[in-house]
Amino acid sequence: MNLLEVRHLKKYYATHKAVDDISFDIPKGSIFGLLGPNGAGKTTLLRMITGIFYPDEGEICFNDRPFDPQKDIHAIGYMPEERGLYKKMKVGDQVLYLAQLKGLPEKAAREKVDYWFNKFEISGWWNKKVEELSKGMQQKVQFISTILHNPALLILDEPFSGLDPLNANLIKQEIFDLSRSGTTIIFSTHRMEQVEEICDRIVLVNKGHKLLDGEVHAIKQTFKEHLFRVGVGVMPNFAQMATHHFTIVKQEDHAYIVKLNEDSSTNDLLLHFIRQDIPVTYFEEILPTINEIFITQVQKTAGYAKDMADH
Amino acid sequence: MQKIWLIIKREFLTRVRKKSFLLLTLLIPLFFAGIIIIPVVIAVKGEDHKRVAVIDESGLFAGKLPDEKGLYFKPLAQVKIDTFKQNYDEYGYAGVLYIPDIDINRPSGIEYYSKGQASIMLESNLNRQVNDIIEKKRMELAGIDRQKLDEVRSDVRIAFRSGDDEKQGSSTVAYAVGYASGFIVYIILMVFGMSVMRGVMEEKVSRIAEVMISSVKPFQLMMGKIVGIAGVGLLQFLIWIVLLISLQMLLPLFLSPDSIQAIGQNGMVARNANNAAMMDAMEKVNFVVGSVNWTLIISCFIFYFLGGYLFYSALFAAVGSLVNEDPSDVQSLTFPITLPIIVGIMIMISAVQNPNSPLAVWGSIIPFTSPMVMMARLPYGVPGTVEYWELGLSIILLIAGFLFTTWMAGKIYRTGILLYGKKITLKEAMKWVVKRS
Repeated sequence: MNLLEVRHLKKYYATHKAVDDISFDIPKGSIFGLLGPNGAGKTTLLRMITGIFYPDEGEICFNDRPFDPQKDIHAIGYMPEERGLYKKMKVGDQVLYLAQLKGLPEKAAREKVDYWFNKFEISGWWNKKVEELSKGMQQKVQFISTILHNPALLILDEPFSGLDPLNANLIKQEIFDLSRSGTTIIFSTHRMEQVEEICDRIVLVNKGHKLLDGEVHAIKQTFKEHLFRVGVGVMPNFAQMATHHFTIVKQEDHAYIVKLNEDSSTNDLLLHFIRQDIPVTYFEEILPTINEIFITQVQKTAGYAKDMADH
Repeated sequence: MQKIWLIIKREFLTRVRKKSFLLLTLLIPLFFAGIIIIPVVIAVKGEDHKRVAVIDESGLFAGKLPDEKGLYFKPLAQVKIDTFKQNYDEYGYAGVLYIPDIDINRPSGIEYYSKGQASIMLESNLNRQVNDIIEKKRMELAGIDRQKLDEVRSDVRIAFRSGDDEKQGSSTVAYAVGYASGFIVYIILMVFGMSVMRGVMEEKVSRIAEVMISSVKPFQLMMGKIVGIAGVGLLQFLIWIVLLISLQMLLPLFLSPDSIQAIGQNGMVARNANNAAMMDAMEKVNFVVGSVNWTLIISCFIFYFLGGYLFYSALFAAVGSLVNEDPSDVQSLTFPITLPIIVGIMIMISAVQNPNSPLAVWGSIIPFTSPMVMMARLPYGVPGTVEYWELGLSIILLIAGFLFTTWMAGKIYRTGILLYGKKITLKEAMKWVVKRS
């Protein structure tokens, strides 16, 4: 069941195609990573999903119905990359105001603010002006104001930028909690290590095009290069390692990185070590990191785009 | 609708709650009152106990210059003017009035010496008194009885009537009312227009704009701000009107008739001014003030103030959305908006003197200048100076005008508010207007 379906979305600017025919689905309750280098079209994409921009072409389905910005906007919490608060406004009033703009009645909004301020242990900040807070503190307030109205879809654009590790962890835990309670989360970033840690699914975009999408582990499987690391108790001699099942990529201290050949299985590989009487201490598959996939994929399209430009 | 109300409320309350709001609301009238009152007070009070030495070589004036309102004349005999004018101040005199031996029919060479520039008040006092004495002397010589002359002297005022119903009016009052209301509209357009622009810039620079428009439409955000700030302006005017009325009621309790007279004549000393004439003048003022159609003026003032504000503030909002951090952008981007306002105030100044010139008529119809120029013409009478069709066309065009500028500004604002780090030219902004949504 998908909360959001994006079909052939296009948004052209005068000088370039910001989003050019992108489609993907976001299942309900998933944490969805929207990845891409700077200028890939992520923000434009998010602005269309949040109803800020109208797509030139294509459609967005929200909860199995065509997306209606007027109504559905209340079910979305969006923390843009370019974010801020009214500097002269009191923290409490500010969050209350933003919650009311999301359709919460004042009383309910006040209760919510109390709840979240207590949870984040910032109740004492209510009467402080935003400009008196540090940047990290402002980020916390910003995060609360984004999730206050219990959005079904939470969109976070670079949510950890400007946060110290402690607060980043706090927010991360909150993201997991929200996900567990059924909130669907779109997480836009170019920080790949966070993606692997947090996201279930990703879509990778570059220059307005979708490069790939799917579940994180499935993508890793797709791009795996059949590399394995085998730990050995005793380093074998050269002759012992000669086989048609695999080739040695790298020799490490008490370990080999090997590439499995096309027709061979992992059991063939292990059997070889056993037959040669090489003591195996551990055995693991080396999957590409999202970062590696990201870089190779983006570089590939960069070359592609360059070719196009040359013609 | 609920949301735009929330925005209006916030924009209004954050401004009204500021300490500077109350301070400014009270200081601005004080400032203007100061500009009007201080010169009068200085003119009146400044003459306190001034001693003027009189060296009279003609013998015509000795002892005849009467002391009055803090001005004392001290005739000095046996003193040479050349030496005395060097050191009169050592004897405690403010100045020296020197009258040479003059021929009563061709008096010349009467001079007044003082260290600093003599005040207007003193100058007119001395001129009047010296002339009075010479006049008296001449009448004596010609055998004219002073009392007879006063009796035959005429003091008739022609009543100026205008319009079909022969309403009595006064171009002086119309001038004053027209000028003042035109000027107030000008100040409103500038001050509150700039305030809207700064508000939009603040939202863009503090990066809350995108957070906001993920909840509300850009148009709602823009209109909320414009309406909220209009509310602040209206409140400010309400406070000023209340202050003015209470001041008018309290003022007579504090001021002596003398100072009222001085204020009434703005420091100028009128001939033969006495209380009876004063009462007469007051009555006249009341009469002509009554002749102005205040209901029309005030309702038109509110319309043109709001209409003009809506017309221009939308444009100011659009410009605010184009500005990036660079403050020099503000200058170049606001220029195309402030220019017509300044042209408007210039046409207004000319229209208030000549309300029927083609420049004034068209200036009061075209929405870029009509809020100011029409206010300058209206006190001269509707119909009469301003025809009904002119007023009607002006109102319709202003409404159409602000609907158009708001629509146009909405398009620019929507795109501009989200565009960071790039210098936007007006030409680009105009492309957003004509581009389909």
